[in-house]
Amino acid sequence: MLSIYCPYCNEMRDEEEFSYSGEAHIKRPEKPLELTDEQWGQYLFFRKNPSTLHAEMWNHSSGCRQYFNVVRDMQSYKITETYPIAQFPESLDISE
Amino acid sequence: MENYSIFKLMKHSLSYHENWKRVWRSVVPKKNYDVIVVGGGGHGLATAYYLAKTHGIKNVAVIEKGFLGGGNTARNTTIIRSNYLWDEAAQLYELSLKLWEGLSKELNYNVMFSQRGVLNLGHTLQDMRDIERRVNANRLNGIDGHVVSPKEIKKIAPLINISQDIRYPILGASWQPRGGTARHDAVAWGYARAADALGVDIIQHTPVTALNCENGKVKGVETKYGSIGADRVACVVAGNSGVLASMAGFKLPIESRPLQALVSEPVKPCLNTVVMSNAVHGYVSQSNKGDLVIGAGVDSYNGYGQRGSFCIIEHTLQAICELFPSFSRVQMNRQWGGVVDTTPDACPIIGLTPVENLYFNCGWGTGGFKATPGSGYVFADTVANGTPHTLAKPFSIERFYSGALIDEHGAAGVAH
Amino acid sequence: MRRLNTNIINAVNSHENSITVNFKFNGKIYKGHKGESLASALIANDIAIVGRSFKFSRPRGIVGHWSEEPNAIVQVGSGAGTVPNLKATQVELYEGLEAKSVNGWPNVNFDLMSISGFFERLMPAGFYYKTFMYPRKFWKTYEKYIRKAAGLGKVPSEPDPDFYEKLNHHCDILVVGAGPSGMLAALQAGRAGARVIIADDQSEIGGSLLYSNSKIKKMSGYAWAKSIENEIRSFKNITVISRCTVFGYYDHNFLTMIERCTDHQSLTSDLGPRQRLHRVRAQSVILATGAFERPLVFANNDLPRIMLASSVSAYINRYAVTPGEKLVVCTNNDNAYKTAFDWKSLINDHVTIIDTRRAVQSEVIERAKAMRIKIIHGHGVIEARGRTRVKSVLVAPLCMSGKEIIGEATEIYCDVVATSGGWSAAVHLSSQTGVKPVWDNEILSFRPGQAVQSQKSVGACNGSFELKECIEDGISVGASEAKRLGFESGKPKQKIDLPETKDEHPTQEVFCLPHFKPLSRAPKQFVDQQLDVTAGSIELAAREGFESVEHVKRYTALGFGTDQGKLSNVNGMAILANALGKSIAETGTTMFRPAYTPTTFGAIAGREVKKLFDPKRYTPMHDWHLENTVEFENVGQWKRPWYFPKSGETMEQSVRRECVAVRNSLGILDASTLGKIDVQGKDAKEFLNRVYTNNFDTLNPGKCRYGLMLKEDGMIFDDGVCACISKDHYLIHTTTGGAANVLAWLELWKQTEWPDLDVFLTSVTDAWATATISGPNSRKLIQKVCSDIDFNNDNFKHMEWKQGLIAGIEARIFRVSFTGELSFEINVPSNFGLYIWNKLIETGAEFDITPYGTESMHILRAEKGFIIVGQDTDGSMSPMDMGMDWIVKSKKDYSFLGERSLIRADIVREDRKQFVGLRTLNDKQVLPEGSQIVRSKKQTIPIQMEGHVTSSYFSACLGHPIALAMIKNGHQRMGEIVYSPQSDGSVIELRIVNPVFYDPKGERQYV
Repeated sequence: MLSIYCPYCNEMRDEEEFSYSGEAHIKRPEKPLELTDEQWGQYLFFRKNPSTLHAEMWNHSSGCRQYFNVVRDMQSYKITETYPIAQFPESLDISE
Repeated sequence: MENYSIFKLMKHSLSYHENWKRVWRSVVPKKNYDVIVVGGGGHGLATAYYLAKTHGIKNVAVIEKGFLGGGNTARNTTIIRSNYLWDEAAQLYELSLKLWEGLSKELNYNVMFSQRGVLNLGHTLQDMRDIERRVNANRLNGIDGHVVSPKEIKKIAPLINISQDIRYPILGASWQPRGGTARHDAVAWGYARAADALGVDIIQHTPVTALNCENGKVKGVETKYGSIGADRVACVVAGNSGVLASMAGFKLPIESRPLQALVSEPVKPCLNTVVMSNAVHGYVSQSNKGDLVIGAGVDSYNGYGQRGSFCIIEHTLQAICELFPSFSRVQMNRQWGGVVDTTPDACPIIGLTPVENLYFNCGWGTGGFKATPGSGYVFADTVANGTPHTLAKPFSIERFYSGALIDEHGAAGVAH
Repeated sequence: MRRLNTNIINAVNSHENSITVNFKFNGKIYKGHKGESLASALIANDIAIVGRSFKFSRPRGIVGHWSEEPNAIVQVGSGAGTVPNLKATQVELYEGLEAKSVNGWPNVNFDLMSISGFFERLMPAGFYYKTFMYPRKFWKTYEKYIRKAAGLGKVPSEPDPDFYEKLNHHCDILVVGAGPSGMLAALQAGRAGARVIIADDQSEIGGSLLYSNSKIKKMSGYAWAKSIENEIRSFKNITVISRCTVFGYYDHNFLTMIERCTDHQSLTSDLGPRQRLHRVRAQSVILATGAFERPLVFANNDLPRIMLASSVSAYINRYAVTPGEKLVVCTNNDNAYKTAFDWKSLINDHVTIIDTRRAVQSEVIERAKAMRIKIIHGHGVIEARGRTRVKSVLVAPLCMSGKEIIGEATEIYCDVVATSGGWSAAVHLSSQTGVKPVWDNEILSFRPGQAVQSQKSVGACNGSFELKECIEDGISVGASEAKRLGFESGKPKQKIDLPETKDEHPTQEVFCLPHFKPLSRAPKQFVDQQLDVTAGSIELAAREGFESVEHVKRYTALGFGTDQGKLSNVNGMAILANALGKSIAETGTTMFRPAYTPTTFGAIAGREVKKLFDPKRYTPMHDWHLENTVEFENVGQWKRPWYFPKSGETMEQSVRRECVAVRNSLGILDASTLGKIDVQGKDAKEFLNRVYTNNFDTLNPGKCRYGLMLKEDGMIFDDGVCACISKDHYLIHTTTGGAANVLAWLELWKQTEWPDLDVFLTSVTDAWATATISGPNSRKLIQKVCSDIDFNNDNFKHMEWKQGLIAGIEARIFRVSFTGELSFEINVPSNFGLYIWNKLIETGAEFDITPYGTESMHILRAEKGFIIVGQDTDGSMSPMDMGMDWIVKSKKDYSFLGERSLIRADIVREDRKQFVGLRTLNDKQVLPEGSQIVRSKKQTIPIQMEGHVTSSYFSACLGHPIALAMIKNGHQRMGEIVYSPQSDGSVIELRIVNPVFYDPKGERQYV
């Protein structure tokens, strides 16, 4: 049962108030129509899915309804940081 | 391989069971293999078995990071059925079901496949439309099953609550009599023993630390024993597929999620079939030991910890108490989690990869156990021939580019 | 009666506070004392056999005194309130308690299932994997018998009459276990000012001090514990919860505890909740869960009255009962000597200590000598004898290591054996967090591994088995954890009395005592009594190649019982390690999982069952529906009127009447459940252009437009009408079930990809009540209730909306139609919903206004070929598949969500399933929904399927059945005859037709 810090509410809240929204920092391609099926498919479905630190997006759906990012260890489930959408994490290098 | 039978059991009991042979050898890996199967779960062991048995490829190693059959094979709720919605999935699972029906004999190992039937309950009018559609499709695909009324459900599972006054009353169900359960550990052990007897090396407690690739071709794997060479490498590592794929430099359309299950204390027989309800999120059967074996939907978040969140257990037991109000006084003995490899369409990925001679069989998500024999069968064929087995073709990774997804959680919504 | 005629201070059965009660065990009535354990009462009544083992049906007796008990499993009560599988050691006695053994037929004392000799030998570990394979069909029969033999108690056959509740806590420190170390940890933390919860699973706090007669300074251990308890209870910041087991330790310091509120008072109770689940989020957790004594393994060690040494002491000291007259203590450690002392001082002189260790100079030996207790050093009990309870033990001299017999055995007569093989730290909870415990050869126990959460283990569960150490550990960790969290008491700390340190002679590394015969041939040496796992079967598993401890556990079932292997795990691992020639550290242990002890399903489910299983959402007009005859349909959480039968009407008749009324005159539908999202901002229009497939540039204030939303994969996600309220203000409608998902989806894009867009989204579903009036007379009606709008067709066109006063209420009126008839959707603030509804019904009486439900709505829209997302689509349909190319406008600046996916290879394929209408050739036959469509009549199974039926009805207005379907390449196959094979063997003949059955030119909605 995770306890998550909402960077908008500035509070630790229970997991049950949040909903998961998958891998963070996936940018929508600027010109989708110019992509090949494969490039588009990569954007749509293919994910890093690491077994270590992972940047993921959560939504405080039963709270402030804001989306934000979380860096969490996929083994210990320990959260190293949470930060607003437009920012980048300190505890993880998210470049490919 | 020493033949198992009641007569052997009698014979060995005369010598106090002191002379039973090992079920599989303890081996130090060779330098090279024709095929290395990474992952010693049910699917990996079945793959190795069919490679040796059906395709005569016996110079095979199965490399497992923990103990064999210790991943999702050991953690599932043992449900077997083939009543999937789409033709592609239904045919694959039906092949598997047919193999299950002969598996104890095939392996000379009692996997306790118990065809006690599977009920998939419907609670809304749309559930019932979906059930009708799926059962009709199943029938025309040659898969047994029919739609049953609440009264018939009550006959099959007498403790179930068919009152129409509850929040989401049971309106009907699909019933597949040939479905059922099996002894999960026995499946891994049976395949391991039979594969070992055909010459397959089973190497436990050996994590693969790297996939050795050269010029876009796989050459072998790296382990604590050093490099082990192989003409072909077949990865069947479920929740860890993403990790192996990243070793080979590509991504998969897979996310690894915790899936939880629990058992009650053993009680006298009170449920003789498998009951699944997608709408209220819970499914239950009773093991031969007497435990009520209960499962739920996956946790919402990624995780490799083999643990999930307690709220999922709470919701599941709410559903179970709603379906079976008298189970409320039964006690939970143990709960646990596995790591399942979920895909966007709740269907597996079987076949070739961007790296030559490297094959993946993954993405079985919440429903892999029932597929064990069929998955091993088609994957062995795919690896042996270097081209996808007919039934595996629709499950290639290409579908995520072309859009030919086989969405098994759309209408059927019963991925377990 | 075996009650002691003595006044032991800690005894719940001491004379001054004992109340005699009657209870029933296996059909016979006995007397016991209120509040003692059922096990204690059974011992007091000299009942030795409490059950039969499930595999070999051997007689079994009480072994322990608490949750470690493997054998004394009982069914308590009967009827709806019966509870299976309670441990007699944990059941508190009350007047009228009924308990039964869970196995044994016809009864536990005379069991016909009992087997022995050759047949017993036919059932080694894993025998079922090796047989029962042929013929395949027979497995069902074998299985029936196996299942009958297995399983313990019986599930009640009626619904649970009790209720359960939950409490959520946030605390600074949760202390688990109120033994000496836990109490002190809680006290110290509490003194410092931390908010502390201390939970303990017994009825009284004090832990081991409840059972022992240890001394602390001049006080008895029990009195000392009471004094500490008094101080703990004086702190407002310490919450003490007893009869409360912490059973799960989850991520981020979330723990679950189960409090048994009324189980000790009666079977079912109207006193309140039966049990309470506490969900605790703690800043820090201090585990003080103690340790379990390990039995020694020897031949026939399962005979009744072979018990844990500490349990024998517990029955004497806490319950003042004795299990017999003649005691043999079988030990490899000093601790068990205490049992001999207790026996000698409170029962009689008949006590012999068999110690596997050689004689040395030690405190306990000195004391035993002083008490004239006979000790046989360097010996072990290698076999017990007796039929229904232990009558004697064979005692043999052992070598130094204790692993071999070095001489003749002698038989010693006794009626109780107290066995102790040392102590195992209760590392369960710390291990549940995913930490592997570490074997410590010094103390012959696992210790908790390095904590991964904010957590400490203290006392015996951390491997400190000595009382003084435990107390000191508690004091220091309690204070240091409080300090770490920022709590430090300014008050002088009151001194705590400590016991004296005892010099202990170390425990010998003996787990399974040798026998003259090897493990495979010796009489059964039980490791796990509940599952009949013997030392021989563990050795057999290892020999067969099941070398991993997890394999052995699974092959033999070791530790899978309801005691979770509390007594058996370490012994099993030791025997396995020995068989493999490895150390226990190398062999390792299995995973620890919740629940620490079995926990009631109902308590975990809590209040969210029955009526509270899931909230029901009602529309503002719900009361009117209830007052008039209505059947509801569950749509998501909403209760929507399905149809309104008049007296005597069937559903079919009712729905026909409703449909005809709409087409011919006037119907009214409660459409309040439709999702409504308010979209505002300078960039609202741009936002809509991006999320809908169609173009909103041309949508001006006062206009409405039907829109389609796709997921990025190009598949239809939701649909609905969007109205332009003003230049920067829109109201979008979603499907009833999809409302929440659509809002989350829109927010996702707004917040992540398009934070630069000036747009705000608000769910207003519950703010508005919607009554839709539909039918040729709908204009006449609305004109009667609204005077400030000109409803003339030229002034108020189809797909427009206007604001006005309806019966005095500000309303938004949308002229949109889902039935194909002239329709107005009247939206008023929800508080006025019922008022407006009543007004419309009243005023509409002259047009015979007819309320209609979702079923009629479905039929009316199907007649028009309008889709329902989620019924006609299933997440795999593109707009083109649905024949909705007209709504996909690709020439937008920003490529709308899902656009790119529509040109993927598989989505542009020609033979995709496409949306069509179907007519049965036989006009009387309504096609079942979900039917599959095939090309030819004569095919045999397996048949290639061409499509399926998504909607199907009898259209009263058209006078024939209609159906909607998805059929391969259907758009090109108009007029073709196809077939639908039914489950009864019949085949229905069909013609593919245009899905618009009624008013194909769409004139009626424009009138």
